[in-house]
Amino acid sequence: MDLLTIVQILDSTLRLATPLLLACLAGLFSERAGIFDIGLEGKMLAAAFFSAATAAITGSVWLGLLAGIASSILLSLLHGLASITFRGNQLISGVAINFLAAGMTVLIAQDWFSQGGRTPSLIGRGRFEQITLPFADAVESTPIIGPIYAELLSGHTILVYVSLLAVPLTWWILFRTRFGLRLRAVGEAPEAVDTAGVSVVGLRYAAVMICGVLCGIAGAYLATGLQAGFVKDMTAGRGYIALAALIFAKWRPWYALYACLLFGFLQAIALRYQNIDLGVFVIPVQVMDALPYILTVVILAGFVGKAIPPRAGGEAYVKER
Amino acid sequence: MDKMPAWADAILVPLISLLLAAILSALVIIGIGEDPIAAVKLMVSGALGSTYGWGYTLYYATNFIFTGLAVAVAFHASLFNIGGEGQATLGGLGVAIICLALPWPHWSLALLAAIGFSALFGAMWALIPAYLQAKRGSHIVITTIMFNFIAAALLNYVLVNVMRPVGSMDPASARFSEAVHIPTLHELLAPIGIEFSKAAPANVSLLVALLACFLVWLLIWRTRLGYQIRAFGKSESAAKYAGINPVRITVIAMLISGGLAGLMAINNVMGEAERLVLNATEGAGFIGIAVALMGRNHPFGILLAAILFGFLYQGGAELALWTSIPRELIVVIQALVILFTGALDNMVRIPLEKLFVRFRRSSAGGSSR
Repeated sequence: MDLLTIVQILDSTLRLATPLLLACLAGLFSERAGIFDIGLEGKMLAAAFFSAATAAITGSVWLGLLAGIASSILLSLLHGLASITFRGNQLISGVAINFLAAGMTVLIAQDWFSQGGRTPSLIGRGRFEQITLPFADAVESTPIIGPIYAELLSGHTILVYVSLLAVPLTWWILFRTRFGLRLRAVGEAPEAVDTAGVSVVGLRYAAVMICGVLCGIAGAYLATGLQAGFVKDMTAGRGYIALAALIFAKWRPWYALYACLLFGFLQAIALRYQNIDLGVFVIPVQVMDALPYILTVVILAGFVGKAIPPRAGGEAYVKER
Repeated sequence: MDKMPAWADAILVPLISLLLAAILSALVIIGIGEDPIAAVKLMVSGALGSTYGWGYTLYYATNFIFTGLAVAVAFHASLFNIGGEGQATLGGLGVAIICLALPWPHWSLALLAAIGFSALFGAMWALIPAYLQAKRGSHIVITTIMFNFIAAALLNYVLVNVMRPVGSMDPASARFSEAVHIPTLHELLAPIGIEFSKAAPANVSLLVALLACFLVWLLIWRTRLGYQIRAFGKSESAAKYAGINPVRITVIAMLISGGLAGLMAINNVMGEAERLVLNATEGAGFIGIAVALMGRNHPFGILLAAILFGFLYQGGAELALWTSIPRELIVVIQALVILFTGALDNMVRIPLEKLFVRFRRSSAGGSSR
């Protein structure tokens, strides 16, 4: 395997890790505030459709991004309404949102475009363009550093860089601001936050909204950055892989980056090679597909460090009277 | 004192939730420029207007009874088993293995073996998440979701690399022999003089599903184990105090749940496809969640909800055939049912409870004068 192959695989790792990372950070905000969210998948899917549809109709990918974020926030509010206001089961609400998005996107796509549940292919300004970092062309011929800079780091859409920047930003918000402290507290001991006179409901809604924004960007990236348009069920379980990455990372931002890069790497490998022949035995492609889930179960089982979720996660807060 | 009489809780709340879901579904149909009344008429005639339609409706309903019961048994122990899909997939693998492995002399023996193997494979697939939940506190919702994906990858591997007949390009197992063909409703009803569609896939598994309903009712409300499961589900600490072993109950409840989900395979793999194909479960494991929620975790409610969803499935297929409404409408309806009967339950319940309390107060005040 030469350097160019390695760089190409890592390059596709970065592309594939981006939607995972955005969705994973989305889940991080929500779950740190005590709201379980298995509806990441549905929110991404809705955002993917509405961003692609808006971009196809208006020809502007930025309007598409906004529409994607708006649709994702709308589903977040539904999740908030069910799980915060009406204290319903957060998991069931998440399942409902996933199905709602899976059905509605195809229904609306068929109604608007009549192309069998997909949007027209996006061209030109309907997609996010690849950004060439400064001097990328100049250094490309330099050995080792050249291809790494020009191939791996340069030439991605802006959302890839946004997702990478979102990691330190998330860390800073959660661990260095008053809002972040309160948000984490509301996921661990909401009664303490309430006693201090801060609104539990307000904080949880804020967390759920941030989750919506990030899922929206993730979905928009899928349909307008990674691919050129929406197709039915295009998230293909990415929301669940992001959830797995979140557990793998034990609800911490930097580890979320590493986990998503790892799972993105597995996807990149599975995409490039069908079966991996190690000489002694062959690793079938299905093992690569299943590996993120198997690793998550192993982590959850506590064999490799214990994953402890936020203490008040999944429970509605009832004010004492 | 209860805020609401039992009948209101068992019937009124789900009915109102269902009504809300139906109204929203109608709005969705109007939104995509179709006529909801014409759509309902078409669905009724397509799903219930002929024995052919009924045959498909009951075939789907059979799947949903099994997966609905699976979700419900776990719910009684306060466990949310999202893994019905994976467990049913493994059940299919069990059925395929036993049907292909032995030269069965008669379908009835094969069916008994298939019941055993499908339940065993489904239960085994639920065992690891159950054990991890009970012993190591790993959240069962997450582990069962992960196991769905692992099951899909496993089935893909087995069909492509192991069970695919030589020379076949199709990722599917060999066709089962004629001898393991289980009777369809047509074959069952013809001897007693009832005409039933020959083409419809509903089969003897329906009777197994009805039996399973009865047995689950017996288990949950008439046995010591069922009492322990419900006690554990209501309050783990109280159950522990009463000497109920939480590890044992968690594992047993999940084994029964997984076994019921696995049983679905006698209907879709043995009864309909008569070979194992990719994605044989077609999402029935997830519909079990909607069915269990709507049926209030009671076997009779589940039976009714399963028939309703069977009707929606068959009716939805007819809609997709004759109108421009895609099949995904059913997914939307399913989502709305889960949303209203599951997540937004309190939205209906709390105002209704207030209404009953006010009504009672005013009637009590009236009688004291």
